[in-house]
Amino acid sequence: MTRVFVPCDSAALSVGAYDVAVAVAAEATARGLDVTMVRNGSRGLFWLEPLVEVETPRGRVGYGPVHAADVPSLFAADFLSGAAHPLRQGVVEAIPYLANQQRLTFARCGIIDAYSFDDYLAHGGLRGLRRALELEPAVIVGAVIDSGLRGRGGAGFPTGIKWRTALQAESAQKYIVCNADEGDSGTYADRMIMEGDPFILIEGMVIAGLAVGATKGFVYIRSEYPHAFRRMRRAIGVARARGLLGADVLGSGRTFELEARLGAGAYICGEETSLLESLEGRRGQIRYKPPLPAISGLFARPTVINNVISLASVPIILDRGAAFYREFGSGRSRGTMPIQLAGNVKRGGIIERAFGLTLGEIVEEFGGGTQSGRPVRCVQVGGPLGAYWPRHLFDVPFDYEAFAERGGMIGHAGVVVFDDTVNLARQARFAFAFCALESCGKCTPCRIGAQRGVEAIDRVIRGDRPAAQIALVRDLCEVMRDGSLCALGGLTPLPVLSAIEHFPEDFEPLRRPVAAQ
Amino acid sequence: MRSTTNGAAAPWDAAAVVMIAQELKDLDGPLLPILHAVNDRFGFIDERAVPLIADVLNLTRAEVHGVVSFYHDFRRAPAGRHVIKVCCAEACQAMGCERVVAEVEEELGVALGGTTPDNRVTLEPVYCLGNCALSPAALVDGKLHGRMDGARLLALVRGAGR
Repeated sequence: MTRVFVPCDSAALSVGAYDVAVAVAAEATARGLDVTMVRNGSRGLFWLEPLVEVETPRGRVGYGPVHAADVPSLFAADFLSGAAHPLRQGVVEAIPYLANQQRLTFARCGIIDAYSFDDYLAHGGLRGLRRALELEPAVIVGAVIDSGLRGRGGAGFPTGIKWRTALQAESAQKYIVCNADEGDSGTYADRMIMEGDPFILIEGMVIAGLAVGATKGFVYIRSEYPHAFRRMRRAIGVARARGLLGADVLGSGRTFELEARLGAGAYICGEETSLLESLEGRRGQIRYKPPLPAISGLFARPTVINNVISLASVPIILDRGAAFYREFGSGRSRGTMPIQLAGNVKRGGIIERAFGLTLGEIVEEFGGGTQSGRPVRCVQVGGPLGAYWPRHLFDVPFDYEAFAERGGMIGHAGVVVFDDTVNLARQARFAFAFCALESCGKCTPCRIGAQRGVEAIDRVIRGDRPAAQIALVRDLCEVMRDGSLCALGGLTPLPVLSAIEHFPEDFEPLRRPVAAQ
Repeated sequence: MRSTTNGAAAPWDAAAVVMIAQELKDLDGPLLPILHAVNDRFGFIDERAVPLIADVLNLTRAEVHGVVSFYHDFRRAPAGRHVIKVCCAEACQAMGCERVVAEVEEELGVALGGTTPDNRVTLEPVYCLGNCALSPAALVDGKLHGRMDGARLLALVRGAGR
């Protein structure tokens, strides 16, 4: 019996992995071969998807990108024994892109059968939770604080401090909410975990429940991820059947219930208080803080709300210890970060590494430059609210503070690469337009300012008094930054101002004369 | 799950709306799950459903209407029989999604956000499908596709049937 792995991650499926799986099954049957197919998540080497792997005595050998039409030739070349073929990529673990990573949170993603609880256990699953079940809540919280883990959703707030606040809050009912409203363009790490290793997220949420005394959790998944939502729902069912969830977690007598909920298409619901409003069944309008959600969150109860990757990083912290996790990283950015390389890049994918890689290493060494083959002009880091970075700043290390010092943020660690055909005035316009489209409407600088920003940039693009318009945009950005309650209005100035600062030539009047009246 | 084609959408049925609302009303925060279920069943949220849902949940019509109108997913009118959502966010911009949109608009004779006159195709923008390493991305009747170009997307549209 030979095991063949064909991913069922939605990105792999988007380029034909389902047809490949069907073709492999059909070809194996036709040839009378004993093949067991495993539907794993993705390794996150997307330029190789669909990446088909075969288990051999030397390790798992990969072939990619495989199309259904390639399958007969793979069988003819005896790929089941790992033989040569034009699509052969060698032993997957040895592919430099993967070999040069430090996979802690993504240690199992793409390796195990994402639906199989037994496979999860066989690869070290539940060790963190079993350890947590032996510990006092304050000790669990202490471990998360000591690990240095900070919110991976974008804000970078220390996860353990949120937990400590919720632990100290007195209430008969507390909640754990997982923010899976991963709306930033260029990011897909949350989706990959939910599709490729969903039990790690469930384990992390159960640990969070034990730590703060919460017995109920919700995973709020954006509706743009229908596949992740289905897979998460199914994983929750399996976890319940296997005693990871329910009234008696792993026989401990402790309770933890979990529900997956679907968002409804609103970028703002990635903001934690908007998400809570949405879960409660209201418009996703942000709330004033204080009170902090950890004190008065979902249904006015103490609530821990964390991003998928934050929660999925907790099991290994409990399993291996805070000191182990802390060892990775630099400065105040501890642990690893799954960087998501995207856009116009030759080798896009997940790069989980300790903080500290430079942008240049990410884009050039891992990414291999642009997909189009043209020169890299800039990257946008951190989604639609993140700054545009020119090449001369590619020596900046990937680190919360280093990015903040230079007027940017790492956000959820999406890195979108653009080639030299990009026009930064248009990107600045898009930043305002997106903010106008997705503003919840609560703060005037965001609701109205974003629209005025679009109009001002349009005048710049038309060459209508550009210097005056840019002065106006700078002033507007200051008002939005200081006068908005949340990051949408508050950070839209980042992409706009970084574009103006680093790419002033794109904001100059068009060389053609403005059309006569 | 969310309605992706309108072909199978059910005709208006007030009793069914009330039944959906009754079935889900005991969830914590039931309104979004109810609206999703109604949207999926009928392909959109008929204005007539609003007071029915409000009544079951003991909310005002304004509160329910406010939620329906806030979220992009909840349709106020039926979509075409096929729904194409093209990602227009930054990673797809970097790979030329604007060209993809322009080609599809030209060929189908419909602008982004609109529905073809024969009610066959609704073309919409979406901001990120989480397929940013395989841009440009599009969702055709709920199915994700990567590395799109205009010709491939149009072939998918043709293959989707009438």
